[in-house]
Amino acid sequence: MNWYHALLAPGLFANPSVQEAAVVGALVAAVCGPVGMFTVMRSQSFAGHALADIASTGGSGALLLGLSPLLGFVVFGVTASGTMEMVGTHRRQGRDLVTGIVLGASLGLSALFLYLTATSQTTTGAAVTILFGSIFAVTSSTVWFAVGVGGAALVLLGLLYRPLLVSSVNPELAAAQGIPVRLVGLAHMVALALAVALSALTIGAILSTALLIGPAAAALYLTRSPGRAMVMASGVSLVVTWIGVALAYDSYDWLPSHQGWPVSFFVVLLVLATYALARVAVWRRVGPRRRKAVPAGAGWRGER
Amino acid sequence: MVPITSLPGPRPGLGAGSAGLRAPELSEPALSVEGLTVRLPGREVLRDVSFSVAPGELTGLIGSNGAGKTTLLRAVLGLQGLAAGRVAAKRPIGYVPQKVLLDPDLPVRARDLVGLGLEGTRLGLPWPSRARRARVDELLGSVEASSLAEARVGTLSGGEQQKILIAHALARRPKLLLLDEPLANLDLKATQEVVALLSRIAKTHGVAVLLSTHDINPLLAVMDRVVYLAGGRAASGTTDEVVQTDVLSALYGHHVCVVRLHGRVLVSTTDEHGEQGCDVAADAWEGAGPTTVRAVVPAPGDEGSSS
Ligand SMILES: Nc1ncnc2c1ncn2[C@@H]1O[C@H](COP(=O)(O)OP(=O)(O)OP(=O)(O)O)[C@@H](O)[C@H]1O
Ligand SMILES: [Mg+2]
Repeated sequence: MNWYHALLAPGLFANPSVQEAAVVGALVAAVCGPVGMFTVMRSQSFAGHALADIASTGGSGALLLGLSPLLGFVVFGVTASGTMEMVGTHRRQGRDLVTGIVLGASLGLSALFLYLTATSQTTTGAAVTILFGSIFAVTSSTVWFAVGVGGAALVLLGLLYRPLLVSSVNPELAAAQGIPVRLVGLAHMVALALAVALSALTIGAILSTALLIGPAAAALYLTRSPGRAMVMASGVSLVVTWIGVALAYDSYDWLPSHQGWPVSFFVVLLVLATYALARVAVWRRVGPRRRKAVPAGAGWRGER
Repeated sequence: MVPITSLPGPRPGLGAGSAGLRAPELSEPALSVEGLTVRLPGREVLRDVSFSVAPGELTGLIGSNGAGKTTLLRAVLGLQGLAAGRVAAKRPIGYVPQKVLLDPDLPVRARDLVGLGLEGTRLGLPWPSRARRARVDELLGSVEASSLAEARVGTLSGGEQQKILIAHALARRPKLLLLDEPLANLDLKATQEVVALLSRIAKTHGVAVLLSTHDINPLLAVMDRVVYLAGGRAASGTTDEVVQTDVLSALYGHHVCVVRLHGRVLVSTTDEHGEQGCDVAADAWEGAGPTTVRAVVPAPGDEGSSS
């Protein structure tokens, strides 16, 4: 018996489902870091959350047609993100308004699709899979699809990294440099929809923004440079996903009923804990009141 | 009525200061605006505005709130459509917008922001480069902000942020530098620093600098020319040519007073006193003394709660 058997259930690393879950988790984390950082920087967490719920509509629609839920996540998410960005004004309030309207319509559809699926098909737990994900049940064909989706999101953000960063700091500054601010914003929304779709695959449509927003928000607290913030956010996503997978596997033996607990539960809990820890770390270093009064050259909240 | 946009040449004995030293007509202007008219929903914000800015010159764009300063700068940048007229500007143009709100939580250091001025439009990821780092350091040094390089921009003071934004705007070696209210919210010392910095940029790098402000006074010593906006129209020329009771009265369309006192200028736009009003205004101003700044002393225990 190895040392880690005291902590982790035996067979964890040999289990093919766990191995696949670790790979998918790593992919999702790599995408969620950069996308999440820009989403938090641009205060578009609400749009991210709306896209997650809209993805659930797509996922349930795809399930009804017998297609891969990921396809539904992607198609619905990208369409909705495009609509939200094109119709929405650049003013934050108008943007949230359009987001809310699109979201409401989509949730209505989602309810219908899930109802039809539940009543017409024998697949039990389909709705649960869509809403709360099941990283253990990802088929190998879906893994390749996920790699394509993740790759597309990363290439998009990698290409537009600098123009997007300027637009996120100040749109006027970007426009004056000749950056097409609306187009860059649209590209970010598409990347966000792709990241949400991937995240929905692992921890479910409803919770997918937890993996996007939480680690990025913690990273923004702890680091000063955008590059480091992205890497740190991805790192946090990766660690919480992997630990979540291990705990979910382990939880099979926790109760006499031998029912594994959902991965999403552990991931969301760990994200929350990480964010809280980041806040506490900064609070201990800088103090609660002096946040904005730190003199030039002294400790910048996070690092020194 | 004085033709507002085509003022007579320097008046004898008035434009003696900087006017005699320059010959802007000899060098091609970095910016020339002709007959510019801008309509926004509801009204005509600028009407038939013409002026030009020569390389190495510092020009003040003066106007009260809502006069159209921001609209004019955006039109020069090509961000605002024109109803009529022509704008010819040498590129690249550096721009410091009004009211840039930088969130303290933005994970962007001063160094990053300046770097984005350098190559913010490029595609792809920025690989670390020694040349870029050196150029960013040089830019930060040129605005005397080297010590702020590693700080998050959002946590810097207003004056410090202004310097970083100027470095950002200078990164691509602009021929024309536009700044929208760069002196707003700065205290006296920071104002003097930024004004001296901009004057030096204009003189040593031959950049044409156009900055908007509602208060002409901080610029009096360094400004080569002024573009004065009121009622959608503009008067331009040297300070001594434009900041005159008759010129500004013609611009505003009613009688205004230009009072010069203690090396400062006050433009009183109330026409309630008629022709004698200027003396009244001067007396009132004299009574207030040369400095009307009141010191605000914080109450004990008030420290640190400044958010
Ligand atoms: N998008 C817009 N739609 C309609 N009117 C506008 C718009 N933007 C500006 N205006 C109007 O144009 C006029 C000039 O605005 P502008 O922002 O150029 O003034 P400003 O001189 O920069 O003022 P301030 O000193 O307050 O910055 C104002 O009356 C304003 O109400
Ligand atoms: Mg303005």
